[in-house]
Amino acid sequence: MADIQQMSVRTSNIRQEPKKMRLARREAIAAYLFISPWIIGFVLFLLIPIGISLYASFTRWTLIGPPPRWVGFENFEQIFTRDRYFWPSIRITLEYILLTLPPGLVLGLSLALLLNQKVAGIRIFRTIFYIPAVVSGVAVAILWLNLFNSEVGAINQVLRTLGVVDPPNWLQSTQWVRPAVAIMSLWGIGGTAVIYLAGLQNIPVHLYEAAEIDGASGWQAFWKITLPLISPTLFFMLITGLIGSFQVFTPALILGQGTGGFFSPSTELRFYLVHLYTVAFREGKLGMASALAWIFIIMSGIVTFIVYYTSEKWVYYEESGENNVTAIKS
Amino acid sequence: MSQLSNLEIGGVPFWQNRNVRRALYNAIVYALLIGIGLIILLPLSWMLTAALRGEGETVFTVPTSWFPTESFHFENFLRVLTYESYPLWRPTLNTLFLVTLNVIGTVLSNSLIAFAFARLRFPGRDLLFRIIVFTMLLPGAALLIPSFLLFNQLGWYGTYYPLWVPAFFGNAWSIFITRQYMRSFPRDLDDAARIDGCGYFGIYRYIILPMSKPVLTVLAVFTIVGVWNDFTGPLIYLSNSDQFTLAIALDYFRRSAFSTMSVNTTNLVMAASLLSVLPILILYFFLQEYLIGGISSVGLKG
Repeated sequence: MADIQQMSVRTSNIRQEPKKMRLARREAIAAYLFISPWIIGFVLFLLIPIGISLYASFTRWTLIGPPPRWVGFENFEQIFTRDRYFWPSIRITLEYILLTLPPGLVLGLSLALLLNQKVAGIRIFRTIFYIPAVVSGVAVAILWLNLFNSEVGAINQVLRTLGVVDPPNWLQSTQWVRPAVAIMSLWGIGGTAVIYLAGLQNIPVHLYEAAEIDGASGWQAFWKITLPLISPTLFFMLITGLIGSFQVFTPALILGQGTGGFFSPSTELRFYLVHLYTVAFREGKLGMASALAWIFIIMSGIVTFIVYYTSEKWVYYEESGENNVTAIKS
Repeated sequence: MSQLSNLEIGGVPFWQNRNVRRALYNAIVYALLIGIGLIILLPLSWMLTAALRGEGETVFTVPTSWFPTESFHFENFLRVLTYESYPLWRPTLNTLFLVTLNVIGTVLSNSLIAFAFARLRFPGRDLLFRIIVFTMLLPGAALLIPSFLLFNQLGWYGTYYPLWVPAFFGNAWSIFITRQYMRSFPRDLDDAARIDGCGYFGIYRYIILPMSKPVLTVLAVFTIVGVWNDFTGPLIYLSNSDQFTLAIALDYFRRSAFSTMSVNTTNLVMAASLLSVLPILILYFFLQEYLIGGISSVGLKG
């Protein structure tokens, strides 16, 4: 059987071609069947929602009430000129990013360097450091709500013991409520440390060996080897952190008790997404919220564009080998 | 003792001795590790301490008690599960229901999709895969309102559908890591199976799927953690407190306990919080290699 096939391949190219094509077509049909869930999902749960919301952003569309009415650019105009929460929400979100991102990058990398030390029992510490990343954001926020209690909370008790006479009012203070949320988020920094750790472990050991032979100190090795080689990860974390911080939501809803009521956030914690949520579901203005969503899509699109089109410079998808992961190019 | 004499024989000051420096270095490393470990663990330990307090007992002691040493009211956990005004057993079951459907959907759909991208040749494959990578970068929050508009039009508001149906249609990040994993197996496997008369589905079912167990476990673990902790989805789509999942019920419980109870219920709220965290912590301790491995392999989280 195999011999005959081989012979036919050798003797007749004309007869072989259609068979190959038939096989290729069968393979393609099978492949499209396999990926059909994704194609359907992509159209149904991505393209269509994005399309509807684009249309909605030019309408007055309410949660309950009359059918949507076309209003042109009115929503955008209102957001940029008359919405008294829009610019403050951008400002406090950016302020929050400044408060969490640089310390987060430095702490995350430092923690990863610490976890990269070859000492006994290091895996136990890695397990511990990563815990905050897996536990529920709601439970964590409720926990910190109690820790931040200004009178009897644990944090202010520690501060008083350390000699701080008048510790902040944290969640009741307009000045300290965002730093409080930032501190809470930095508690979970171990989650990002694991990503840096993967980057660190991708750095070839022989580079450090060579540096040691050349008499470089640990400090020099860090600046000349570690930092340049980890910089792609750092940059990646910067971009994802930027987009991620724009989505801060759960802690703001839980910690911002504000004026009371079920899930109504305080003004001090009205971050961008919180503002969007409030406009959509507290005030029922879906058209306006769609416009806010589109402004966010465009903003993150710009950031994404930068990532995607410069990614070839720092990320490559390893083509083969057992280590089939997204490697950070060195 | 012998080390000490070594130092002196060497004729160098002890702080320049390699062993001493190494020991000092390790001491600093351990001090930092333990310090940071405490910062992470103490709040959780306080949570346990507070959760085990009895009724009417002071939760906020001065000074703060970080460890449970006096009260061990384990019945608090049972109390919050069967709390008269809002028992938490129901949200727990709701969450388990959603977790189960999402795990099935995620593993099934993504393994099928990733199989085609990893093992089959078809026109448009590279373009479609680029689209998948591109959508990976789209932040989930951007789709919050767009998805709501669609599901609301479909009449799915107030139902569980928006919270599990999409799982059956693949997810960019999951397709990506599964495809990367499935690509690593040698091509000969498929050829051999085909010679043995296996169709494409047979290759998927009997060759690639069993070999992909590790990466599918990563997907399952991430799905469990993600769905269990998800707050935004249930917050937006569920209207009835009977439908609430644990994450959202927890906040509901806290607020209703806060507003209706005259006595301090912090102990019960903490017991409820701990209850919602515990299953995930247990899962994490057993499957941490999959979780941490999954994150470091792609350098991306959810």
